[in-house]
Amino acid sequence: MATMELVRRSASSSPAFQPGAQEVAKLIDVSKCIGCKACQAACLEWNDLREEVGFNDGTLNNPHDLTPASFTVMRFTEWENAATGNLEFLIRKDGCMHCSDPGCLKACPAPGAIVQYSNGIVDFDHDKCIGCGYCVKGCPFNIPRISKADNKAYKCTLCSDRVAVGQGPACAKACPTKAISFGTKQEMKDLADKRINDLKSRGYGQAGLYDPPGVNGTHVMYVLHHNDRPSLYAGLPDNPKISTVVELWKGVAKYAGLAFIGLAAVGAAVHHMVAGPNRVSSEDEENAARLKEKA
Amino acid sequence: MASTSSTKSVVVDRYAVGARINHWVTAISFILLALSGLAFFTPSLYFLTGLFGGGQLARTLHPWIGVVLFISFSGLFVRFWKANLWNADDSAWMSKLPDVVAGHEERLPEIGKYNAGQKLVFWGMALLILVLFATGLVIWQQYFGASSSIDQQRVALLIHAAAAVGTILIWIVHVYAAIWVRGTIQAMTRGNVTGGWGWRHHRKWLREEVQKGEVKAQPAE
Repeated sequence: MATMELVRRSASSSPAFQPGAQEVAKLIDVSKCIGCKACQAACLEWNDLREEVGFNDGTLNNPHDLTPASFTVMRFTEWENAATGNLEFLIRKDGCMHCSDPGCLKACPAPGAIVQYSNGIVDFDHDKCIGCGYCVKGCPFNIPRISKADNKAYKCTLCSDRVAVGQGPACAKACPTKAISFGTKQEMKDLADKRINDLKSRGYGQAGLYDPPGVNGTHVMYVLHHNDRPSLYAGLPDNPKISTVVELWKGVAKYAGLAFIGLAAVGAAVHHMVAGPNRVSSEDEENAARLKEKA
Repeated sequence: MASTSSTKSVVVDRYAVGARINHWVTAISFILLALSGLAFFTPSLYFLTGLFGGGQLARTLHPWIGVVLFISFSGLFVRFWKANLWNADDSAWMSKLPDVVAGHEERLPEIGKYNAGQKLVFWGMALLILVLFATGLVIWQQYFGASSSIDQQRVALLIHAAAAVGTILIWIVHVYAAIWVRGTIQAMTRGNVTGGWGWRHHRKWLREEVQKGEVKAQPAE
């Protein structure tokens, strides 16, 4: 599991993600989460982060959103299930999904500031980050945050430093109900299957695994009791994919733009070679002088 | 009479010193913006950030240079918008574009201070700079990152990039025309052109200047 071979870097020509033999994943079983925020505390602890003291906005969300210092945050949703008449308390641990096709990496203009390892982890290299915020626009999950302190982008690293030495992420370690598991992607899918079968047997017919194909799957996956409606869980995208606008900007716009600029420059040079300089003749000068004299 | 005039030549003032400074502030800002902007546009030109002291500094400076350009270009706009209003001569000139490109100026109508091509450069730049400024504010992460939705910022990025390519294309036309039409660049360096340049390229303007008595004999070199 400790393979951290680099397979892809931002702003560099590199092939699409080919999972290595040790593709890893974190599985978040929403149905087992009790909302204790131990994962948030463990994340701050391991990454040596301090969140500012906030305020209570009347919900359990604290902090209210991801920040440069909070790579993960529990999002609480109260949902009235019309079918059963139950009030359901849906809690989702939000954070980077570590997409196989990462929008942040696609949008990033700084070579190597965002990297993807063969195990699927997408990581930011802060020495190379320029703080432009393009990753924020590229991400289909609204995850990266730009620090006001150093103008660099921050997000969950999937504890790449721990994974590199054979350990699981800090959040998974801290979770008291084992709602967060970590292992190879296949192990996590197998585990998810067991959980989904259990949930289905207990009345959650739409239980399923959230591993969205629009981004070629993710390396953080959810077990959702309502997998038919992911957006119930504080706006988890139903069909996440890299925005068409971003694809256009980083695709056809880039190549067509450079081609037009190149053609214009070459066209100007060719025109000069063919037409030659447009010079003022001595007749023109004489005509002008005569015009002045007549006046 | 003709024999005496052939020995003399005249010069016409075209740009006062204020307009020239205004132009060059805009020009330098534009080039710096294009260099830093292209660095963010395509990874193959990312090395251009080195000219600005690295990626972080290029990212910091680019929008501020944009503010300078916007203010500076606004000055040019106020100076020149009236002279760039479209008229019948411009339509006639545009209909003879093949002659323009071939340099057959004797087949073109007499025109005032600016020809249709120059006017299109002016209005094209004015429009695109406005678009670039507006979209640039939307994607200015450091100060305005929280002022619009991510969807709006994505669209702004695409429009900003496309508009920037547009301005670079117009800039190539502008610079090339100044090089191709010899005697033009001195209008923005020394501030004047020769009478012959006026006769050949902007005869109506030359006649007006002669009427106003603005045309002087060439000073001794």
